[in-house]
Amino acid sequence: MTPLLKLTEVAKSFGAVQALDGVSFELRAGEVHAVVGENGAGKSTLIRIITGAHQPDRGTIEIAGQRVLHLTPATAHRLGIACIYQQPALFPDLTVAENIALRFEPTLAVRKINWPERRKRAARLLDEIGTALSPDAEMRSLSMPEQQLVEIACAVGASARIVIMDEPTASLTQQEVEHLFAVVRDLRRNGVGLIYISHRLEEVFALADRVTVLRDGKSVGTRQVRGSRGNEAQSNPSGIDRGPAASTETLSESELIRLMVGREVSQIYPPAEGDPGHVVLSLNGVGCAASGIKNVTLEVRAGEIVGLAGLVGAGRTELARVLFGLTPANAGEIFLNRQRVVISSPHEAVAHGIAYVPEDRRRHGVILEMPLAHNVTLAIHRRLFPGMWLRFGAERRLALDYIHNLAVKTRDPDAPVSSLSGGNQQKVALARWLATKPKLLILDEPTQGVDIGAKGEIHKIIRRLAKEGLAVLMISSDLPEVLGMSDRIAVMRDGTIAAILSGRSDGHEVMAVALGQK
Amino acid sequence: MKRHFRELSVAATLALLLLLLAFTAPTFFAKQQLLTTLTTAAPLLIAACGIALVVIARQIDISIGSQFAVCSIVAGLLAKAGLPMPVVALGAVTCGAFLGAFNGALIAGLGLPSIVVTLATMVTWREALRWWREGEFVKDLPEGFQWFGFGQAGGQVTILVGAALVFALVVFTMRHLAVGRFVYAVGSDRESARLAGLRPQWRTFSVFVALGGLVGFAALLNAIRFADVDPKTGTGLEMQAIGAAVVGGVAISGGRGNLWGVLWGVLLLSCIGPALVFLKIPPQWEKAIQGAIILLAVAAEGWKNRKQS
Repeated sequence: MTPLLKLTEVAKSFGAVQALDGVSFELRAGEVHAVVGENGAGKSTLIRIITGAHQPDRGTIEIAGQRVLHLTPATAHRLGIACIYQQPALFPDLTVAENIALRFEPTLAVRKINWPERRKRAARLLDEIGTALSPDAEMRSLSMPEQQLVEIACAVGASARIVIMDEPTASLTQQEVEHLFAVVRDLRRNGVGLIYISHRLEEVFALADRVTVLRDGKSVGTRQVRGSRGNEAQSNPSGIDRGPAASTETLSESELIRLMVGREVSQIYPPAEGDPGHVVLSLNGVGCAASGIKNVTLEVRAGEIVGLAGLVGAGRTELARVLFGLTPANAGEIFLNRQRVVISSPHEAVAHGIAYVPEDRRRHGVILEMPLAHNVTLAIHRRLFPGMWLRFGAERRLALDYIHNLAVKTRDPDAPVSSLSGGNQQKVALARWLATKPKLLILDEPTQGVDIGAKGEIHKIIRRLAKEGLAVLMISSDLPEVLGMSDRIAVMRDGTIAAILSGRSDGHEVMAVALGQK
Repeated sequence: MKRHFRELSVAATLALLLLLLAFTAPTFFAKQQLLTTLTTAAPLLIAACGIALVVIARQIDISIGSQFAVCSIVAGLLAKAGLPMPVVALGAVTCGAFLGAFNGALIAGLGLPSIVVTLATMVTWREALRWWREGEFVKDLPEGFQWFGFGQAGGQVTILVGAALVFALVVFTMRHLAVGRFVYAVGSDRESARLAGLRPQWRTFSVFVALGGLVGFAALLNAIRFADVDPKTGTGLEMQAIGAAVVGGVAISGGRGNLWGVLWGVLLLSCIGPALVFLKIPPQWEKAIQGAIILLAVAAEGWKNRKQS
């Protein structure tokens, strides 16, 4: 049987980052094909290539046996590819029926709209996927899972043959998940091929026929999840549990985790030295209802690097934002150097000696239009310029110090930060916070999108700072980085710390906790 | 050179225009004519500096024309009440600062969009003034009001000196004081500035207060050129000030702009009207030419940005 979709040796890079490196992938009609991998393994890039949002650098795409040369979002749509995103891409001010109609009614600007027909079709499609939503409901009044159902109705209405689901259950309750699974099984029975992206391994085992594991932009392998049981499950609509045949599975959960992680720490990380000092940061049952953080208890000592691991959405950045006063905590106690503190704005956090280098460097870490020197001194005006008079000489000297110290590749402190490479921009962001002489440094994905050379340099800088007595809390989705850099590893899951592991743990252990297998 | 390309190109355009006038209409540079042109431009320069601050902070204020009118009337009434001119000046500036604080509180405090808030206050102040004064001029002002009592020549020089001092103050603040730096930071990237421990709300509020104060001062410089105070004064000032700032290279998207550029922009736009008279071109063309210059400046900016990205 010709596969619905066949990718051969597809590669895609963004700047210095090789997002996909020769991935081959095949989707058959009537199967659920799960794609799993760590954060940054290349899952999103793979989806974007299949939906035509990105063009591959090399490799071929065949749809129903036909080679497609330039896959654009429009052709992908025409060829029956539909994608249901975690955050549905719908128009919040239009009704359900209008949103559905927009997907496949001919888009002739002056065509007269047949409103009753449009409504009737929406009602039929919603009925087909077994939901009682009203076609007249305004999209913004619907919950996230209801919006996903509308997306699915759109896909069904467009007679999609290939349906991609990207973390569809991330925000659903158990009951909603089961309803979604029933819809997915229906689609499969009708011969649709489904690509199912999920971090939740139990869902992969409950739903998927095959699973492909991505790691570092490469396909590690495709495994049968349930062999011929895939067909058996089709006649057994309530087959959410793995059933009696579980023992004959060709793939165990622990083997799947091993495939996802299975990498040696190849890079050399700067070693830890000496014993950590006094406790700098101590959290006791800290929670923040607004950002889903609950009951976090953690200590970070001077001279210590604590890695904060976990999957996307586990609450790591949210915890950092609580500590920095962006979404202030509303439960628990925060102690800095044994003093109880309340941090309700970044301004106060800075005053308490907390520094936060945010994740989205291009947006929030530095001000791209401003010169390097201005960026470096932005958080320390009060100290550097008593009386608020700018002293350009002092500013320039400080900037040159950091350019030298952090090996920023530029000679000109007046050059706008936008003229630097990603790694060097990150160093400027770091310099701004080091200039505040903080007690606690929170780093959020410090080496994301940074090339390998600069990455090693940043690691050395972080270790050196810890040696100088700084307490470092480092969020990272890069597992080898967490393992290589951390003295202790706090693994987050569902907004809280699921376990605190020693820095000598292996990736398997960390992933197992992050995925909730332990 | 490259970093000040925009300011230099506006200054060069102005120089070119002046050169053309030097050959075709040397009387443009007669002392009295030049003084009149410059004193007309002075209030606009002060208002445009204020607008530049607000635009650099990624906000906008279209209510300055109405603020200008209110401040003018207040200055006139204070003078008529017999208060000395320094108190009158202080009164106009304070009145402007209060009006600016009102906008600033709504925009920074409640997070409302500045275009909507200032549209509302533009109409409100103007209509309140109409209801209060019923279109009546403030007349019979004391001797010391017009030209500060220095006579026309002395008064004109005083206006220019006053405008130059305030301009220098704003230039100095924006370049040499930390608050100026903060305005650029907040305008470039508000969230980033917040993450650096700055308080963007406070900065936003401050620029509106500063703008109000500057508008009050501009209103004073304008009012003393006449014997009476017209309640309809300042109509269209917002468009002239925003236009001059944009021509001078202040990015409407915030974070970028240099006050020297604003000075050249104001002078360029202010010279168009008198130049037309001397070049014997019908004065109806003034607005069209000013519009074309603004359009050209924006187009050049857009073209440059596209080339960069």
